[in-house]
Amino acid sequence: MEIRIGVDIGGTFTDVALEREAGSVAAKTLTTHDAPERGAITGIREVLETAGLAAAEVTQVIYGTTLATNLLIERKGSPTGLLTTRGFRDSVEMRNENRYEQYDINIDLPDPLVPRRLRRPITERIDARGRVLTPLHPQDVVDAAVVLETAGVQAVAVGFMHSYVNADHEQQAGEILAHHLPDVEITLSSEVSPEMREYERLSTACANAYVQPLMSRHLDGLAAELQRIGITCPLHLMLSGGGITTIETARRFPVRLVESGPAGGAIFAGSIARDLGFSDVLSYDMGGTTAKICLIQDGHPQTSRSFEVARMYRFMRGSGLPLRIPVIEMVEIGAGGGSIAHLDAMGRITVGPESAGSDPGPAAYDLGGLEPTVTDADVVLGKIDPANFADGRMQLDARAASEAISRVIGDPLGLDAGSAALGVAEIVDENMSNAARVHTVESGQRVETKTMIAFGGAAPLHAARLAEKLSIRRVVIPPGAGIGSAIGFLRAPVAYEVTRTFHQRLSALDIDGANSLLDSMRLEATPIVEAGAPGQPLHESRLAYMRYIGQGHEVGVELPITIDAAVIDESSPAQFLSAYEREYERLYGRAIPGVDVEILSWVLTLASPAPPHSTHEVVPDSKRVPPPTGSRAVMDADSGQVVQADLYARSDLAPGDSVPGPAIIVEANTATLVTGSFHATISAGGHIVMEAVNE
Amino acid sequence: MSDALTRIHNNVMWNRLIAVVEEEAQALIRTAFSTSVREAGDLAAAVFDRQGRMLAQAITGTPGHINSVAECVKHFLSKHPIDTMVPGDVLITNDPWLASGHHNDVTIVTPFFFDGRAVGLVANTCHVVDIGGRGFTPDSRQIYEEGLDIPILHLYRAGELNETLIEIIRMNVREANQVVGDIFAFAGGNEVGAQRMVDMMVEFGIDDLGDLADFIIDSSRAATIKRIAELPNGTYHNRVTMDGYEHPITLQAAVTVSDDSILVDYAGTSKPSTYGINVVLNYTKAYTTYGIKCAVAPDIPNNAGSMEPLQVIAPEDCILNVQRPAPVALRHIIGHLLPDTVLGALHPVLPGGTLAESSSALANLQLRGGSSVAGAYEGTIVEFEMMHFNNGGMGARPTKDGLSATGFPNGVRGVPVEATEAIAPVVFLRKELRCDSGGAGKFRGGLGQDIEVMGIDGMPFDVLAQYEKVSNPARGRNGGGAGRPTRVELGSGTLLRGKGQQSIPPGDSFYLGLPGGGGHGDPYDRDLAAVADDVAGDYITVESAHETYGVVIVDGVIDQKATAQLRASHRS
Repeated sequence: MEIRIGVDIGGTFTDVALEREAGSVAAKTLTTHDAPERGAITGIREVLETAGLAAAEVTQVIYGTTLATNLLIERKGSPTGLLTTRGFRDSVEMRNENRYEQYDINIDLPDPLVPRRLRRPITERIDARGRVLTPLHPQDVVDAAVVLETAGVQAVAVGFMHSYVNADHEQQAGEILAHHLPDVEITLSSEVSPEMREYERLSTACANAYVQPLMSRHLDGLAAELQRIGITCPLHLMLSGGGITTIETARRFPVRLVESGPAGGAIFAGSIARDLGFSDVLSYDMGGTTAKICLIQDGHPQTSRSFEVARMYRFMRGSGLPLRIPVIEMVEIGAGGGSIAHLDAMGRITVGPESAGSDPGPAAYDLGGLEPTVTDADVVLGKIDPANFADGRMQLDARAASEAISRVIGDPLGLDAGSAALGVAEIVDENMSNAARVHTVESGQRVETKTMIAFGGAAPLHAARLAEKLSIRRVVIPPGAGIGSAIGFLRAPVAYEVTRTFHQRLSALDIDGANSLLDSMRLEATPIVEAGAPGQPLHESRLAYMRYIGQGHEVGVELPITIDAAVIDESSPAQFLSAYEREYERLYGRAIPGVDVEILSWVLTLASPAPPHSTHEVVPDSKRVPPPTGSRAVMDADSGQVVQADLYARSDLAPGDSVPGPAIIVEANTATLVTGSFHATISAGGHIVMEAVNE
Repeated sequence: MSDALTRIHNNVMWNRLIAVVEEEAQALIRTAFSTSVREAGDLAAAVFDRQGRMLAQAITGTPGHINSVAECVKHFLSKHPIDTMVPGDVLITNDPWLASGHHNDVTIVTPFFFDGRAVGLVANTCHVVDIGGRGFTPDSRQIYEEGLDIPILHLYRAGELNETLIEIIRMNVREANQVVGDIFAFAGGNEVGAQRMVDMMVEFGIDDLGDLADFIIDSSRAATIKRIAELPNGTYHNRVTMDGYEHPITLQAAVTVSDDSILVDYAGTSKPSTYGINVVLNYTKAYTTYGIKCAVAPDIPNNAGSMEPLQVIAPEDCILNVQRPAPVALRHIIGHLLPDTVLGALHPVLPGGTLAESSSALANLQLRGGSSVAGAYEGTIVEFEMMHFNNGGMGARPTKDGLSATGFPNGVRGVPVEATEAIAPVVFLRKELRCDSGGAGKFRGGLGQDIEVMGIDGMPFDVLAQYEKVSNPARGRNGGGAGRPTRVELGSGTLLRGKGQQSIPPGDSFYLGLPGGGGHGDPYDRDLAAVADDVAGDYITVESAHETYGVVIVDGVIDQKATAQLRASHRS
């Protein structure tokens, strides 16, 4: 019998989900920051006890964590050194030479993870075609090793120019380092991110090295703890790209773990969409500080090759550290329940990205927070019942919320508290809808045809209004969304993605070169995936990142090669070109005639099938309209009028139940607002499915 | 609808306008061929009301384009009044005097319609790869040498492409496919913006932008005036001397702060240059208002209302307001110095002061190879034209060091060396921070760079030099030192001129030392640990620590006693 456990260590809570044939069990414990594996073990013991199972019966543990992300954000990684080509030791400090904010002359830039004195230049040079212009001077590496050892580094990254074409020098340097510094972890940029653009590649290599010593120790600690309590099955790790992998691979490339929690959330949303039979999905996760939006097609979250971690200025693009890793693509904006509202110099209401968090929290928490937040606005608007928040465990102060809203927003604008609160809610919803709309359009998709899957504490309160703004006609609020990421881990395939830069013009494609490149990528991915999915059939997909010669941005195109004969031949360039033009037209309206096309990067992904899960779920015909438990006055954002919304307890609702808007469905940690333009039904799996009432 | 709801809707729609033009800007970056648009975000995208008043602009963009496009749309409307436009019309120009000051910048304007009536316009200004003529060099002596001039014309008339214009462009530029591709990309960007605007009007149930426009413009104007009112009235002066091409140039500014406006008058500024570094008034206004905004109202969005109280004038015979047929291709060299010029004037009256002078002018590596420059060279010759953006150091801020290798005011991103080497037959020998180049101060100026490049296998090539601050480095403020000047020379040591086309012989290399930003405050007041860190990281030498900062460092450790003595003797 399969007994699988997903563990997600977040900043505040550690979530554990156990699944077996008889159903699933969940636990939520506080994250133990000094030794995160301890909290994980506590949660695992709890679910095993609840399920009445012994540790030895567990067949798989899948683990994801924000630990690597936090090491980067808080700058708590290990002292790290960097070897670079002589003449280029500052690429990680000079970045892209721009200011991410145009008018603020006092911005700060993120400090490089490796300070200048620990970035050591090495005499060597390889050109853009991989030719050796200057051989590696081994003595430089030996000298650097001495300096770095004296400085106490625990990890070293090696990043030479054009190593994505020819990695010989990096490998030689790595061997010399390994010989002289046997206890130090070594990252080669050509292994962790073999792509053109030195700043991004070296930034990725440095980040990998920086978190590697602590992540290795942590993963080994977790494996040992699992052994100790009798769990002997394989331990797998969730990657930011949406696949899972073995502990050996995770130890080599810990930077690929950074976004594993949110990746789990997106996979969770994808699997719900699959269960309900919806193929075109937008997932929307809103917590206390940020909102995340991800596009999902046929159950597959959209992926990207780059990501920026630890943004230090209003979540602005360019204010963080770039990582070139496979990642599930999400837009993240500073819009959460704790986001603070204020007026700017023009008297405009603005919300976030500053957040009151949970301490001191919104004014309504009465824990010392005085600034009005989105949660305060939701209280004033009637969306949240102050007497019945967090399952009644917490009494909210509606008067404090109203006072804060009036003091900061209402009074200066001459608006009553209700109108001011509506303004705050409208602005935060507008910010999220703008982010969602722009992201969808940039991806060449239409937003209004999508189904929204909303989870996270604050999302059910805002989902219907956000959907109205985006003209989305269906919204799903799944049950148990509080541990969505941990459940998502259990739905992920074993997968590994390999990326290489191999610069080719389509009109002069090196067919043998391309085939041997794909072969070598396959050779790299196969053992990694087979280790995690022994004996399973593997699916291979290949993307080429292409552009018109002269452009700066590439479009990812799935290569039209049949699976059976995975080779490129004389007919391929013409096929690739038409595939590229199709994709380009989809994104930008029209292809450009007469300009040759080039391929920069190639991506090969090898994956096992996603684990089987419950069968296709149908939404039952809406029949019973249950009696409401009461009603409450709520401000309707569309009309600006106060309306009476019926109240329901989610736990009272059964599959097939039908709830017309306006209504509020209350549950333990949040409430779903069904606006007047929606009608909700409860699906067989307990999802709240809101459908737009015809206009 | 209640007043409260109207107010909230106006607030929401204002946010939406900014999102719409930002979406357009991102589309431009992804589809453009021009290096400066796609790598550097050198563009502007904005939305206008029926009267041609700018309501919102994209966050992405450079000051020179953003503020010029605002002026430019008025010219389009006076030639083609709004009610003569029909759906499917798209207008174009690259006239330097109407838009952003040189032929490479193309401005495209697209009206959008609601119920058959033109209700507003979207516009963008972007740099194209090439526009013919001599190319991107300051060596022309008349505008006619600087390539094709497109007056205000229809690119599309009622949806029909102006094929004649496209044919003329094709025959007059290098890289015709890319240039035409760019123009279609820019028109496509406007299409996205126009459609989103109409969508928004439908969503909010409005058929006219008038009320929203008034709301945006009135509140932005009022907010800007409120900030201006916080400054003491008076006229403040500053003079900046720059290298120029054939002789030094003086930029003279008188900045008059009144209750409700700031007027910048450039009377006393030098006459035009014989070469292509001259500036049209639009561009002068653009970078001047940018500088003032940074100091006075950085958080107030750019639109017709926030720009109205900021006025700029320059005499018709000066280099900041040149007339035809003056050459203008490299007008950014002077334009980028204007923020420093006005900030220097305002510095004494700004609370907390402002930043020291920066390296300012973007330092492009504009290189040309091939038969036109190879002479008698017998090795392999490759035809190429290449541009690589680089930035020197930013001036120190009143409470922080300047940013190293970071553009101010241009905001242009650099280009990866690997990307340039992949497409051009050159090898960079180094590109790293230039030790001791930041101006000394309590807060140090940002560092410039050492850049050295050679032709692959020793191939000769030409540099189209366009470098400032060779003789006039970035000055410090409040006792801070100047940044190190620019240095332009052959790898073998021969000094080169700061401006103009010059040859790099076979086997030799081109070295460019980029300038540092000025320092802020007395270097003897700099925190000891910061000086020690600077020495440990080779940002400054141990000698500079001693001589300039009065900090004695022996084997990496501060000699506290000797330092105290040295710093005390400096003060007495």
